[in-house]
Amino acid sequence: MAATATTEAPVFDKKTWMGGVEPMKVSYGKLMMWFFLISDTFTFSALLVTYGLIRFSFQAYDPAIHGEFHFSNLYWPIPEKVYEAVPFLHGIELPLVFVGIMTFILIFSSVTMVLAVEAGHRMDKAAVEKYMLWTILGGLTFLGSQAWEWAHFIHGTDEGTVIREIVNGQWVERTIFGANLTENQYGPPAFADLFFFITGFHGTHVLSGVVLNILIFYRTAFGLYQRRGHYEMVEKVGLYWHFVDLVWVFVFTFFYLV
Amino acid sequence: MADHSSHHHNTEPGVIAEPQTKAIWKTFIILSVLTAFEFLIAFTLHAGFLKTSIFVLMTIVKAFYIVGEFMHLKHEVKSLIWAIILPCIFVVWLLLALLMEGGFIFVAR
Repeated sequence: MAATATTEAPVFDKKTWMGGVEPMKVSYGKLMMWFFLISDTFTFSALLVTYGLIRFSFQAYDPAIHGEFHFSNLYWPIPEKVYEAVPFLHGIELPLVFVGIMTFILIFSSVTMVLAVEAGHRMDKAAVEKYMLWTILGGLTFLGSQAWEWAHFIHGTDEGTVIREIVNGQWVERTIFGANLTENQYGPPAFADLFFFITGFHGTHVLSGVVLNILIFYRTAFGLYQRRGHYEMVEKVGLYWHFVDLVWVFVFTFFYLV
Repeated sequence: MADHSSHHHNTEPGVIAEPQTKAIWKTFIILSVLTAFEFLIAFTLHAGFLKTSIFVLMTIVKAFYIVGEFMHLKHEVKSLIWAIILPCIFVVWLLLALLMEGGFIFVAR
């Protein structure tokens, strides 16, 4: 490159991209990851906005009208009454404890991910491998927890909920257990539908994140990034993994807390 | 050769620098404390406008730390920060509009 010193130095207009420099001072891959994440934000927002719209269009639970809280398809349930089970502690009411543990697992796996990115900056191959493994473990634990949560939600409580419905012009009482896309013991069927769609869509993201993390771990272990001279792939997949954690923060608030 | 200006190679080949993880653990502690605080609020306050506002505020603060520190957006150039934040502001608009719409549907049926 030194041989071309006789040519004039290119004049860069700051307002237009002339090539050679990185727009917004990030590499192509990272910029595209940001744009993908923005589009993914819209998808998750659409799901959460739909949740808000449908929830507001239903009767809210009101102690003055409905008396003491019980599951009913007449009003939207209180989330902490729905999510109160913890594995191995059958029959004990522990509202939001399990989902809280899941939240901490995901936040912690986000921390180990950012530690892997930091180790990559220092070209510390062993540390990148170690932290990627912890991140993969966190992701798998979260997925396992969510599988249990789904199984419990579908299976239902021991007592079930008695609903009244009109069959062939007659009022019939029937006990339903758990929830699926058409029936829901915890509240209106739409509540279960949104639970499956929102946590399922997020869980699919966690699953693809874990697959990507395993790929990154594999390529780190075989020294690909060490030979390439930088660990930018860890950063890019890290952006995705943090996004998955970020979405969970919103799902946790708007689905489980509010 | 592409110039990887976004990577700070502060090491000679073969020498691994000391980890700089203070900011990471600080962010983790903030996120954990906020989540614990959310739990406290969940069981001490009655459902209502105040409770919901605290939850929304806590969520935005947590999102700020995850996006700003973990995703490093705080340290990127301004044009990238705005390219991410501006579309999200329109999402908030959509959310508020459709929440009101949901209220109208409830009244109508």
